Amino acid sequence: MPDLRNGNQPPRIGVYVCHCGTNIAGTVDVAALADYATHLPNVVVSREYKYMCSDPGQELIRQDIRKNSLNRIVVASCSPLMHEPTFRGALAKAGINAFLLQMVNIREHVSWVHTNKVEATRKAKDLVRAAVRRVGFHKPLEKRKVAINPNVLIVGGGIAGIHAALTVANSGKHVHLVERQPTIGGHMAYFDKTFPTLDCAACILTPKMTAVGSHPNITLWTYSEVASVEGYVGNYKVKVRHKPRYIIEDLCIGCQECVEACVYKEGRWADEFNLGLSKRKPIYLPFPQAVPQKVLIDPEACIEFKSHKCKKTCIEACGERNAIDFHQKETIEEIEVGSIILATGFKTFDARRNAYYGYGVLPNVYTSLEVERLVNASGPTAGEIVMRDGSKPKAVGIIHCVGSRDHNTNRWCSKVCCMYSLKLAHLIRERIGAEVYNFYIDMRTPGKGYEEFYDRLLDEGVHFVRGRVAEVTDWPIHPSENGKLIIRAEDTLAGFVRRIPVDMVVLSVGLEPQANARDVRRMFNISCSEEGWFLERHPKLAPVSTFTDGVFIAGACQGPKDIPDSVAQAGAAAAEAMALADAKYVELEPYTAHVLEDACSGCKTCLNICPYTAISFIEETKKAQVNEVLCKGCGTCVATCPSGSIEQNLFEDQEIFEEVEGLLAYA
Amino acid sequence: MPNTQSTPGNGHAAGELPEPRIVGFFCTWCTYLAADLAGTSRIKYAPNVRVVRVMCSGRIDPQFVLAAFANGADGVLIGGCHPGDCHYQEGNYNCLRRARLLKRLLAQLGLEEERFRVEWISAAEGDRVRQVIDDMVEKLRALGPLNMKQQQPLVNIVPQEHALEGVWL
Repeated sequence: MPDLRNGNQPPRIGVYVCHCGTNIAGTVDVAALADYATHLPNVVVSREYKYMCSDPGQELIRQDIRKNSLNRIVVASCSPLMHEPTFRGALAKAGINAFLLQMVNIREHVSWVHTNKVEATRKAKDLVRAAVRRVGFHKPLEKRKVAINPNVLIVGGGIAGIHAALTVANSGKHVHLVERQPTIGGHMAYFDKTFPTLDCAACILTPKMTAVGSHPNITLWTYSEVASVEGYVGNYKVKVRHKPRYIIEDLCIGCQECVEACVYKEGRWADEFNLGLSKRKPIYLPFPQAVPQKVLIDPEACIEFKSHKCKKTCIEACGERNAIDFHQKETIEEIEVGSIILATGFKTFDARRNAYYGYGVLPNVYTSLEVERLVNASGPTAGEIVMRDGSKPKAVGIIHCVGSRDHNTNRWCSKVCCMYSLKLAHLIRERIGAEVYNFYIDMRTPGKGYEEFYDRLLDEGVHFVRGRVAEVTDWPIHPSENGKLIIRAEDTLAGFVRRIPVDMVVLSVGLEPQANARDVRRMFNISCSEEGWFLERHPKLAPVSTFTDGVFIAGACQGPKDIPDSVAQAGAAAAEAMALADAKYVELEPYTAHVLEDACSGCKTCLNICPYTAISFIEETKKAQVNEVLCKGCGTCVATCPSGSIEQNLFEDQEIFEEVEGLLAYA
Repeated sequence: MPNTQSTPGNGHAAGELPEPRIVGFFCTWCTYLAADLAGTSRIKYAPNVRVVRVMCSGRIDPQFVLAAFANGADGVLIGGCHPGDCHYQEGNYNCLRRARLLKRLLAQLGLEEERFRVEWISAAEGDRVRQVIDDMVEKLRALGPLNMKQQQPLVNIVPQEHALEGVWL
């Protein structure tokens, strides 16, 4: 039975076949397809056009709707996830309900994945036939409007999170910035200089960090993690777990007198911020420019936690400020936000995985991040490039692509390593005049001023060897190699294998997704690429959006990125979040379920199946009822109901049965 | 290829073994996206699957699967999110529970188990769409067409005139 509710008219269907240039027309016989559709029941017009999504293409549909009184539209083009909103807009503009549309995916699901034109056209015909059958049963629907909470949650306090937080906060919206480390700053805080301009990382980062710390519109949650996320676009409820610092943050003024007074006169525990290259005390400030300027206590190291027998000189030093609290407990607080920006960054490749480079075995093999700390003026050696034995290297080898472009570990290019290797080469040469050898596969320096920087390094006398390093060893085969590290690599330009003795080896480690990226992804209900990078909605046109409305991504959590790109993405994500907040309302898809009261037997089977507790049982009527505000439209209850008395808008049983029959009906 | 059991009216010339026809029910958040990704990556696979998009694999009523078989599908493929990854928290588990029961029912009706398949394919696994579809098509080719009329009158189990009104079972 065709639905007669749309103006009490039987379906008058228009079918539109898109060529998508040659994307579709190259594999599907679009003329035959459009002609075939003409003969399907209820089809009034059927056309083909080069680009249906273009304005003239949409105008074609609008004209036909008016001229031929069409009340159902089928568009055979790309994925509905791409252009469904476009064509719904065209319907609405022509004066018929936007949901009287069915799209047929003949690009992603047909022309791009099949080569045989006959088979592809046959498949396209089947799909169009199914859509024509289905669309006749579509009913007019309205989108739901819900208010948007203007507050924004930003996860991750690296440069991307910081930039996004400041941008959003400056627009007058409130930002909750959650960072799991005791200070914000992220990886950028480790660096001394940034490529290619060689401006000091601290000089450009710390003012922004301070601005975040003091901004009236930013609530900073350091040493905190997101524990759970509930809700939907515009109305997220987020629980934040605040780990104990054993310092009352509101009372600590960052004077560090307690650190001075600690019973340990010297640091004895590996300093996380210097990657273990120096030692810290049980009570410490992560680094001098940390934001917030609040110390914290490491309970694993502090005597008071282990034996309760410490003299507690720190409490004495803190005096009236009373900021130290050994009994502090983890707290969980709930915040409400309208949108979320994930800027959780990356981790560096564990160089131990490439055992042939000797990291962790040969003491003078360093990772690039460790060398960043060594060259940093506020690092463990105050910027002096010395090795673990205190001597200065005379020759340094920098090995590119460690954990990048390698089929045994990570296949992707980490994008930043060539440039930071050049930067380190420059700094090492400038500071101690050592001979520096770069071993590279290809030099990848696209970017403003990047290639020029490479040119400059060539002039500075840095050596470049094109070839992947086979191994780093301390086994000499010649007296000149005694006491040295020997880098063995094929020089593919010179055409022979070289052994180059050096004092220090720097492994340019690649960028990897965070270890817990998959847990984070699950919590925020977004997708990851196979490698573990967060998946954007569209690689070109929606690079900071995700498939979950109201959740945006910025920075290296989406893929390897340098600082300018991270900041640009952070700005884009901030703009998206602000646009959402300023819209004040968001329209939700009307795919919700509803109970057909007459048919409902009140068996309550659906009540437990709903993951959102959107279904309740009404005692007076003994019927189930769906709260459409809570319903997210999965349709599980519809499939569960034993009496078939729950319907899901746009995915009604009838519509799907028609589609299945249409697919299989022989032409 | 010589063939003696050609079904009339399926669009194939006599003497040609009919290609298996598979209906896919794909979750819009994972497998449907993976199929889109296969498209944008220009991964080539067999053209035998016709996809019906649903919001969640939990929406897939066993009746849809039966209807597909009753209407001439040689196989049905359900694609949902990996366990723990459901966009709606647990719809895929509901799908799995129904599918297990359905598998037993289909076996009792005499359908080979290769004809009904549930696969978890995430949005990132474009190549897995190819693997699964090519593998299924190959297996169904070996089985030959599903000829329900000679085995069990499934049509009687899913009476179409009532199916649309949702009053059967």
